[in-house]
Amino acid sequence: MIKEKTLWIYQKMNEIRFFEEEVHRTFGKGLIPGFVHLYAGEEAVATGVMALLNDEDYITSTHRGHGHAIAKGCDIKGMMAEIMGKRDGLGGGKGGSMHVADIDKGMLGANGIVGGGFGIAAGAALTSKTLGLDHVAVCFFGDGASNEGTFHEGLNLASILDLPVIFVCENNQFGEGTPFRYASASETVAERAPAYNMPGIRVDGMDVEAVYEATKTAIERAKAGKGPTLIECDTYRHYGHFEGDEQKYKTDNDPNKDRDPITEFREKAIKNQWMTEKQAVEIEENAKKTIDEAVAFAEESPLPDISTLYTDIFA
Amino acid sequence: MTERKVTFMTAINEAMAQSMRKDETVILIGTDVAGGAEVDHLVQDDGRYDDAFGGVFGLSKGLVTEFGRERVIDTPIAEHGYFSAAVGAAATGLRPIAELMFNDFVGFALDPILNQGAKMRYMFGGKAKIPLTVRTVHGAGAGAAAQHSQTLYGLFGAIPGVKVVVPSNPYDAKGLMLAAIEDDNVVVFSEDKMLYGMKGDVPEEYYTIEIGKANVVREGSDLTIVAIGKMVQVAEEVADRLGGDGVKVEVIDLRTISPWDQETVIESVKKTGRLIVIDESNPHNNTATDVASVVADKAFDYLDGPIKTVCAPNTPVPFAANLEKAYIPDADKVLRVAEELISDLKIGTI
Repeated sequence: MIKEKTLWIYQKMNEIRFFEEEVHRTFGKGLIPGFVHLYAGEEAVATGVMALLNDEDYITSTHRGHGHAIAKGCDIKGMMAEIMGKRDGLGGGKGGSMHVADIDKGMLGANGIVGGGFGIAAGAALTSKTLGLDHVAVCFFGDGASNEGTFHEGLNLASILDLPVIFVCENNQFGEGTPFRYASASETVAERAPAYNMPGIRVDGMDVEAVYEATKTAIERAKAGKGPTLIECDTYRHYGHFEGDEQKYKTDNDPNKDRDPITEFREKAIKNQWMTEKQAVEIEENAKKTIDEAVAFAEESPLPDISTLYTDIFA
Repeated sequence: MTERKVTFMTAINEAMAQSMRKDETVILIGTDVAGGAEVDHLVQDDGRYDDAFGGVFGLSKGLVTEFGRERVIDTPIAEHGYFSAAVGAAATGLRPIAELMFNDFVGFALDPILNQGAKMRYMFGGKAKIPLTVRTVHGAGAGAAAQHSQTLYGLFGAIPGVKVVVPSNPYDAKGLMLAAIEDDNVVVFSEDKMLYGMKGDVPEEYYTIEIGKANVVREGSDLTIVAIGKMVQVAEEVADRLGGDGVKVEVIDLRTISPWDQETVIESVKKTGRLIVIDESNPHNNTATDVASVVADKAFDYLDGPIKTVCAPNTPVPFAANLEKAYIPDADKVLRVAEELISDLKIGTI
């Protein structure tokens, strides 16, 4: 029941949102180098899936990976420091926004290569199957990545080996500045699943409960040794592809444009008495505090020592 | 020729536009080279298209408006697919410019270049030509981290059948781009993203710069510095600083790294007896080591000291600003090496 996970989900959704809003502000102040891709708007996907995972389960993420990392339990202070390129970052400041990772939390990394995660997730699932570990792997990918050749290779391989992996497509309607409806010959990503002999489910990606229920079914199937599932979550990003994107390709008619998964879940949870108004407010305040502390921590963290440029190349 | 200053980006945009006006078989294909495909409000009243991106750096802005979506083609994010298509189109009558958004994405695009485009003519006994220009972007300095900042032109330069040019300024960028498009072979045109805003004199007229010829940027008799792309600026700074001490540095901008201009480099070394090569690539199996090995072979007797290479360290590109700065070769690093090479000179002259 999603009811039992409501407070956790609402907490993580808020942490993600406040985190991204802070990153947006901090980037605007010039304190974050490089390229930043914000997850705001897609919180229902990361939290709906991760509510069902344990630390031992693995995920692969994307260039838009902050939300996945937070929901997977990565240390938020360490994430913020990483994104600012500081010593106390999860990767010692050496990876940055596009490479936020914490393998001890089962987070196999945000990824700068679109479509880079399909095979890696399959590999994590292969470990679980081979060693008899009852763990699953989840591959998050965007609608843009669904048109890479690696999509086909990863899904086919996972299917023929009956790997315990779940492919979660975050279809936010645009691959960078190109609409999905132009870039894909199929109307949906989910409808490709039968060709790989696996279930393909399309859910409302702005509705945590829908994501949660689909994931639950997929995990049961994976753990029963029946192989992978493809879940397509119909969602939307509130910001551009990257910070600085003029978003000229967006239109007033874009599906999900005016929806907010956090507000929707808040209303639903209170209405169903999964959460009280008071609890909601407390969670919001706590989440805001968590992020403010992370920003302060990251700003105070020093730059990495120059000698670390040469470390971590080989084991 | 008219004199005016434009940016490195504008120079490349202008070259593509001029070649597309001149030759209707030239197309531009890649991810978001226009952006906003099938977005109604980007279609203007006269039926022409506005672009949403014009490339992620905005370099190809305006081309879709002038040439239409039939010739400025947005692809899905599918590098293997559209690079294969570009090779197929090049082999059969088009003259494509295919954009690889960052050279780091080459993993997905390499087979069409390495095993198909580069080898077709050879395998077909000379009965094919592949007039394909691969535009791509390299270089650290933008905080773009390990998968968007590498310098990989040397990887392409190791493939027989592929030419590789690396422009260092706006004038060269335009002339080399037009030469690359005119060339009947696979030419990789590798742009350093840190040079995009650089301004310089660029004639409006159509002109080409010969592929395979280096440019002697300044003449000198004491020390030769061969540099590639952005590193030419580093070489010039070193030449300025050593010039203050009376050391005359010859700076050679390699311009093309495959096939590179052995004649010009060797002639220079015969004159100066000293050589430093600056290359932002990782330090092994790169263009700098190739230049060093050829010079050691062909001009050994003229050398007054060891050939020095100054490259990035053997690490991925780090994200943190201070680490990234330490990663990129700069004038101080080159000067440390130069001091060693010219110590005898300075004692004698100063």
